[in-house]
Amino acid sequence: MHSLSGWGEDSVEDQIIIETETLTKRYGTQIAVNNLTLRIQEGEVFGFLGPNGAGKTTTLLMFLGLTEPTSGKVRIVGFDPAREPLRVKEKVGYLPENVGFYDDMDARQNLRFIARLNRIPDKVSAEKIDELLQQVGLFEEATKKVGTYSKGMRQRLGIAEVLIKEPKLIFLDEPTIGLDPDGTNRMLDLIHSLSREKNITIFLSSHLLDQVQRICDRVGIMIKGNLVAIGPIQELAQKKLGIGKEHYTLEELYMKYFKEA
Amino acid sequence: MIVMVGVVVASMAGMSIQEEAKGAAKPTLLFLGLFVSTGKLFSFVQFIGFFGPLIGIFLGFDSINRERASRTLSKLASQPIYRDSIINAKFLAGVTVVSIVLVAIILIISGLGIRLIGVVPGSEEVWRLVIYVITSILYVSFWLGISILFSVVFRSTATSALASLAVWIFFSIFVSLGAGALSNAIAPISQSGAGVDPNVVIQHEQIQHTVSLFSPVTLYSEATSLVLNPMSQTTRPIAYALMGPLEKFSAARFQNPLPLLQSLIIVAPFLISIVAITFLCFGVCYLVFMRQEIRTV
Repeated sequence: MHSLSGWGEDSVEDQIIIETETLTKRYGTQIAVNNLTLRIQEGEVFGFLGPNGAGKTTTLLMFLGLTEPTSGKVRIVGFDPAREPLRVKEKVGYLPENVGFYDDMDARQNLRFIARLNRIPDKVSAEKIDELLQQVGLFEEATKKVGTYSKGMRQRLGIAEVLIKEPKLIFLDEPTIGLDPDGTNRMLDLIHSLSREKNITIFLSSHLLDQVQRICDRVGIMIKGNLVAIGPIQELAQKKLGIGKEHYTLEELYMKYFKEA
Repeated sequence: MIVMVGVVVASMAGMSIQEEAKGAAKPTLLFLGLFVSTGKLFSFVQFIGFFGPLIGIFLGFDSINRERASRTLSKLASQPIYRDSIINAKFLAGVTVVSIVLVAIILIISGLGIRLIGVVPGSEEVWRLVIYVITSILYVSFWLGISILFSVVFRSTATSALASLAVWIFFSIFVSLGAGALSNAIAPISQSGAGVDPNVVIQHEQIQHTVSLFSPVTLYSEATSLVLNPMSQTTRPIAYALMGPLEKFSAARFQNPLPLLQSLIIVAPFLISIVAITFLCFGVCYLVFMRQEIRTV
């Protein structure tokens, strides 16, 4: 699962999809994100970890241009989200935690609305909506009102909404929280296949460490606004926990960093 | 509901106009009477002045905070649209609905009125009606702006609805009450009315009028009553009471309807004020929304 090809000596400069340099966000005197420097390669599945209130969501909002950084530089898919938010949002999908829908519309109407906001003509989107509904397994329920959907169905519809704009990069905030084990597995498989088959970069923020370990190529751990570690899980674990163990869980590693901070 | 009340008001007004017009030798601009005649209860203009704000409030009070509550706002904001297009769209959608509703009611009343009183409106009456409709749309849009502003500021839809209603009641009832109280306090007039200094009366009226003009409800009702009623030549009825005998005589000689342009000149400050507060309200709303942070929670 942990295929790290494409990351290493043969990486090419223009394949960098997220790039930040000493990115800082302050709210009054409180520092939400402190000097974040990060580079993420196209096609990667990156896990963004950290306790509640560590600044993960603030970072995501800065990446999307929904909030302005206090200082530092960001470039997402080659554009500055604060200066050219539309260019960024055209290429980037964002699935917030507990995403909301217009509950009195059905799945197709919700998707068509998002497609229109992305300036996709109805004729083009109609076909694509059916395709996406098949892909996320909601085709049979497409005419039901979204208000009647279960948590797992809503989450899958959220993925479909993100995919309709054909993004190069997807931000997922807790995509599997509240899903049953089967739903979780299907979601993880879907995320994995998006990355492998369509070369979509996935930036995933989660607390469910075993799931992150299953699908992520690299992780970053953020604590109190500081990025304390970044790299492939095995590499980090060997450095931090010492060599000698056969298998490391991400949880051990995470708790080690968390206690030190 | 508004359509229903409009139809009832129109038929009542139509009947009372029929009675009035029977005696008159040369009725002028009868058609507009449909809208300003008080009939049995109240006129259509008064009705919109008082309940028009409710249309605006009803359309706007949950526009932003419902998106927030159903967690669709962050999703909308992450689509490739400018952030101000969200608030612009909310406002424009409301204005469109208001325009359709008001124009439809006016057309229904006009149609009913033509059948009831058998008078076809002349071009001046049509122009006056058009100005009236535009003013009403702006007036209701002002209230729409107020309620959208509250929906941006308050997280809960119930709070924003109550706050908008509180503003509505304040402006439609308490400002005029306050104006009366203030003018009584500064320039008291004895109830008996005997030996009143005309200067005190003037001062009294001026204070009352100025304070009550702070209410958009007063602004609107004075402006529209003048636009729709060419016979009235001033926004201050007290002015006539205070005229000397010669002035009264000359005023009586000119009991003819004002031309449209003259009516407009008198109400221009009122119309401009309504436009200004509407834009001001939307401007504040826009600023607050643009500065707010869109969080997922």
